[in-house]
Amino acid sequence: MDIVVEQLTKTYGAQKAVDDISFKVKTGEVLGFLGPNGAGKTTTMKAITTFLIPTKGNIWVGKHSVLQEPEKVKKLIGYLPENNPLYHDLPLIDYLKFVARIQGIEKEKIKERILEMIRVCGLEGEKHKKIGELSKGYQQRTGLAQALIHDPAVLILDEPTSGLDPNQIVEIRELIKRIGKEKTVILSSHILAEVEATCDRIMIINKGKIVADGSAVELRKQAQGKEIIKTTIENGKTDEIFTALQEIGSVETVDFIERGKNIFEVQSKPEHTSRRDIFKLCVEKGWTLTELSPIETKLEDVFRHLTLK
Amino acid sequence: MKAIRIIAKRELKSYFDSLMAYVMIVLFLGFTGFFTWLAADANIFDIQVASLQVFFQIAFWTLFFFIPALTMRSFAEEIRSGTIEYLMTKPVSDWQLVMGKYLSVFILIVISLLLTLPYYITVASIGDIDHNEVWTGYLGLLLMSAAYISIGIWVSSISNNQIVAILVALVIGILFQLIFYIMASNISGWIGNTLYYLSFRPHYESITRGVIDSKDIIYFLSIVFVGLLATELTLAKRKFN
Repeated sequence: MDIVVEQLTKTYGAQKAVDDISFKVKTGEVLGFLGPNGAGKTTTMKAITTFLIPTKGNIWVGKHSVLQEPEKVKKLIGYLPENNPLYHDLPLIDYLKFVARIQGIEKEKIKERILEMIRVCGLEGEKHKKIGELSKGYQQRTGLAQALIHDPAVLILDEPTSGLDPNQIVEIRELIKRIGKEKTVILSSHILAEVEATCDRIMIINKGKIVADGSAVELRKQAQGKEIIKTTIENGKTDEIFTALQEIGSVETVDFIERGKNIFEVQSKPEHTSRRDIFKLCVEKGWTLTELSPIETKLEDVFRHLTLK
Repeated sequence: MKAIRIIAKRELKSYFDSLMAYVMIVLFLGFTGFFTWLAADANIFDIQVASLQVFFQIAFWTLFFFIPALTMRSFAEEIRSGTIEYLMTKPVSDWQLVMGKYLSVFILIVISLLLTLPYYITVASIGDIDHNEVWTGYLGLLLMSAAYISIGIWVSSISNNQIVAILVALVIGILFQLIFYIMASNISGWIGNTLYYLSFRPHYESITRGVIDSKDIIYFLSIVFVGLLATELTLAKRKFN
């Protein structure tokens, strides 16, 4: 089931939380929303779930518009909101039963679905407790279980791994990846590693606008453009090496990483690679080349670069 | 209809799970029972008449305070804790949500009133009771409760604070109960007539006197409808923020 967002704008008073954004998510795609706090991630997600009505624009979930057929859209979506607000005085099983009924699951199948969800989300040991007695991680799983119970075509997860311990984070990521193969998933996070690990496609949002859209590899490439190499050369005079490196045709700039140890940062000209030239230079001069490694632009840098503008 | 039933059932269950329902029922039966059977000078044995008039008087005022106490949490608590977000993104319409919440409180009041039927049976067995008066008395209480619940639910939807919700509901209750009536007797002309028509008392009294006029029933049902509609609009407005 595809999600199509068309020129979505949402204003709170005079402030534009989301400013004219459009995108499409296809079935089997896991889209990660990335952005600083207040960038408009949650607002966009709430608009898709019909909890907020767009000021302008429209959103289609399959063939249904959130404006014309909110009831049908809601049936297709499994939603985990940001703070996962659950009824704390309700036993876990009762809550899942309530959600299953309200989602219109047939009576005979309710028990089976609940047991399935408890198994999938790893809630076996906790099923008779009240939700308020569960730890934050288990509450988060409860939120995920209620979102998945009716086997929705679309999953909207607002910070699904917040409050989980590292093991649980890995488990939940695996779960999302597995589910994501046949469903359309949108999740938000400000943990970059998480988005990189779970999502096929990353969309960075800042101040209500989309500033980058693509896979992690594409985004890095886009931000990097030029090759940067960390080079360490032993048994040579620092200044001599520095000048020689600068004279190589494919090199644009040379910088010190550690002056005393002859560690340099060599940036190549656009569309060029200078690794061969550096190696040849060392052979000619009789220097020992001990390190020649490309510096990868981290997603963190892409993120900072795009959102601090 | 199914969605309304599911929501009403959950609400009702949470009233009982939190002991709120038990406390209310016990207090309601305690108050009405005390004044009907035990209180000095006014109880049935003292007045020597087989009538439930005292019970209806006390039940009326007890419900006046109890209903806002029941409705105050209905939406206010969901808004405060954020659970409203889960509810409103489930495949139920705002109207079904409002109706479910409304019915749960109404059913609770019906249960409380059913539990007072032994009073009626007892009095009927010790004297010559006016059966018609009893049934219209119950009808009056039900209609009045229906109207109060609807007001209470609406007030609960405009605030995320339960205390605000109960106080505003009581103030609106007193307006309908007393203030409009008192003002009506001091103001002449159409304003006075309107205020007189708006106040609960003349409608309630005419029903409990045994006169079931469709005008009075329409009056109460309109209040119910306006209250529910206002609640739905309040919820819908939240989405536009």
